[in-house]
Amino acid sequence: MIFRVMAGLAALALPFSAMAQEKVLKAVMHADVRVIDPIWTTQTIANIHGALVYDTLFGNDANQKPQPQMVGKYEISPDRMTYTFTLRDGLKFHDGSPVTTKDVIASLKRWGAKDGVGQRLMGFVTKLEPVDDKTFTMVLREPYGMVLESLGKSQSSIAAIMREKDAQTDPQQQVKESVGSGPYIFAKDQWVPGSKAVYLKNKDYVARTEAPSSFAGGKIPGVDRIELVWISDPQTAMSALVNGEIDFYEQPPNDFLPLLAKARGVKLMKTGTIDSTQGMIRLNHLHPPFNNVKARQAMYYLINQEDFLRAIVGDPKYYRVCPGLLTCGGPYENDGGTAFMKEYNPKKALQLLKEAGYNGEPITILAATDHNTITPATQVLIQAMREAGINVDVQSMDWGSVVSRRAKKEPPAQGGWNIFVTTSGGVGSSNPVLHTWIGAACDKGLFGWPCDPEVEKLRNAFGMASTEEERKKIAKELQTKAMETVVFLPFGQWDTPLAYRADRIDGIVPNTGLAVLWGITKK
Amino acid sequence: MTAYIIRRLFATLPVMAVVALFVFFLLRLAPGDPAAIIAGDDATTEAIEAVRMKLGLDRPLVEQFVVWVWALLQGDLGVSIFSNLPVTRLMAQRVEPTIALTLSTLVVAVSLAIPIGVVAAWKARKLVDRVVMGFAVLGFAMPVFVLAYVLIYFFAVQWQLLPVQGYQPMSAGLWPFVESLILPSVALGVTYMALIARITRASMLEVLQQDYIRTANAKGLATDRVLLLHALKNASVPIVTVIGIGIALLISGVVITETVFNIPGLGRLTVDAVLKRDYPIVQGLILVFAGVKVVVNLIIDISYAFLDPRIRY
Repeated sequence: MIFRVMAGLAALALPFSAMAQEKVLKAVMHADVRVIDPIWTTQTIANIHGALVYDTLFGNDANQKPQPQMVGKYEISPDRMTYTFTLRDGLKFHDGSPVTTKDVIASLKRWGAKDGVGQRLMGFVTKLEPVDDKTFTMVLREPYGMVLESLGKSQSSIAAIMREKDAQTDPQQQVKESVGSGPYIFAKDQWVPGSKAVYLKNKDYVARTEAPSSFAGGKIPGVDRIELVWISDPQTAMSALVNGEIDFYEQPPNDFLPLLAKARGVKLMKTGTIDSTQGMIRLNHLHPPFNNVKARQAMYYLINQEDFLRAIVGDPKYYRVCPGLLTCGGPYENDGGTAFMKEYNPKKALQLLKEAGYNGEPITILAATDHNTITPATQVLIQAMREAGINVDVQSMDWGSVVSRRAKKEPPAQGGWNIFVTTSGGVGSSNPVLHTWIGAACDKGLFGWPCDPEVEKLRNAFGMASTEEERKKIAKELQTKAMETVVFLPFGQWDTPLAYRADRIDGIVPNTGLAVLWGITKK
Repeated sequence: MTAYIIRRLFATLPVMAVVALFVFFLLRLAPGDPAAIIAGDDATTEAIEAVRMKLGLDRPLVEQFVVWVWALLQGDLGVSIFSNLPVTRLMAQRVEPTIALTLSTLVVAVSLAIPIGVVAAWKARKLVDRVVMGFAVLGFAMPVFVLAYVLIYFFAVQWQLLPVQGYQPMSAGLWPFVESLILPSVALGVTYMALIARITRASMLEVLQQDYIRTANAKGLATDRVLLLHALKNASVPIVTVIGIGIALLISGVVITETVFNIPGLGRLTVDAVLKRDYPIVQGLILVFAGVKVVVNLIIDISYAFLDPRIRY
């Protein structure tokens, strides 16, 4: 009898001992994995999933320079119109099939049909065809200087390489299977949307030999299993980290940073060289009063970035006043147009608004009530507008409703809007082509629909520039023009450090805006 | 009795039809658009419209309703707009934590509440009564999340006796399973305990004043026999009703407790789906919850006949 009991106990203990040998990284991200197709959505969490499962042809490094990733070697013709790419040896999908140029071309076509940056690139591509299973060519109608940067971007819809049969899915529909050739394999059978997503080490993955640098370099799967655990309550997530139940907390709220800094075994880490987030106030250019450029420029008098940043972040260590539209600290930071950002002067703002024809009509603000940064920023803006004597119609709603309503082009009284507040990733905002919010493509642009052909012309010119000096010059002209048009009002930038158990994990690769989990090892 | 049960079961059909109608149209009338949420922050209006078309959300509401009901009649609750997984699979993933939390909470609540209520009634208006009822009022008045954070702070963070969060299934082993449920069921159980204890006391007080209790005492029966066999059984109808309502509420989800302790139950699935406007999940869950409430009410009604022989159907 005793032996039977002991045998039973041993049988019970067996799975735990097996699990104990397995190195598991438990990470809490900023959102839960609900969508497994990084092309179908621009959600960052889908991109984090995509970066684990799929590989990309190029990856932009810490200096935002594209480095080959799946590509072994490549050539650019002297006229900069033909790119020839050859894939590395040993690339295999998680189902064991080799990665071929058919897969790559189908994937690029799908990405180029859906993603904003991809669409811009594909606008230049006239031919995309295989030479053999490992080599393919991309022919452009005219030189475009952002080909490699676009293929290596890490924000909003990476250029993920899928199997041909998955990539043939309509880009407006989600792929049914998430099978890539990246460092981790998605365990779909263990996926509990809204709770947990599990990734297993891809033992067949052939990592590059270069040291990891942001989205580039060797993507070494350092643990056997990654569990992205979704803990919606930040207090619970913080306690779980302090208690050692999780190893990695991507975006702890700023209020908790002092507590986490003091917790034993926990460390905070800046995610990269560029701040992770830029704050933006978007005005609706379609309806009065902001269909008048003078009214839009009047709003600059209501922006004291310190007020916003103190409300959102608090500790000056983690924020930076940045009067420009391109991320400060990024390669194209400049002072073009920053003279438009004036001293805070609510009286002057109202005076200019009146001169622009504003007569006290209600201005509708979409006020998110459930966002840790957008909610306080909106409240600061509302207070400034009220101080100026502007008639503010505050429409409070959850972020999901803001996202829906901001797409409406109707006048505010018919369900539309005048103002909403949002944020953009610091890396994307550092580059005029990747920064979609700086565009002014009228009806084809983002919500608010700024319309200025000159801005679009300069964005194109930036993409076609062949030297860095030329790019910097165009970036300055572009920012000047965009600030004059008021594509958005910047209210500063900040960085949310990630928190992790330094006594348990090591090897985190800093990457602003998109947490990458390869490289992490368990002690 | 059988005829009564069949009649009641048939009566659920119009109830479910009304629930289906309301949940479908209320969701569509509420602000929010899943296509915009899916498309994400960097999507253009055209991109959102394209997603909406592919999801069929641009079709007339009546057409969408007919398609949904037709699938429903064939037992198909649909697939999540976001994850593309069947709603039944998503619900199945959440059933075990929900049932485990419901049962463990009931064990905590009932095992404490009934003795407390009985003692309070037995010692009515004495110190014991005031102390236990004061405790019950405190338990009822204290928000669950406050108690939850206090429990987490002491038992998990400070003393490291129990985990802060998470649910471990039975398959992970008995102790991990029990360990993951202790704090949430205590936090939640205290509220239900208070409610059940107060009902038990009130019901017992009424019964203890009956002539047959006086007779039992006069016959010299032991106090415990009088209280438990004669009084409690006859006082049990309202107690069972409250416990039944508690079961229905717990199965429908205890969102705050599930959120604070990070338990992937049906309550969190519902709230997450509402926030994301994942219509098929919300519709499926509300229908299932309505069905559960109807069935639990039926079981409670049937139990009355066993507890009180005077009740006949």
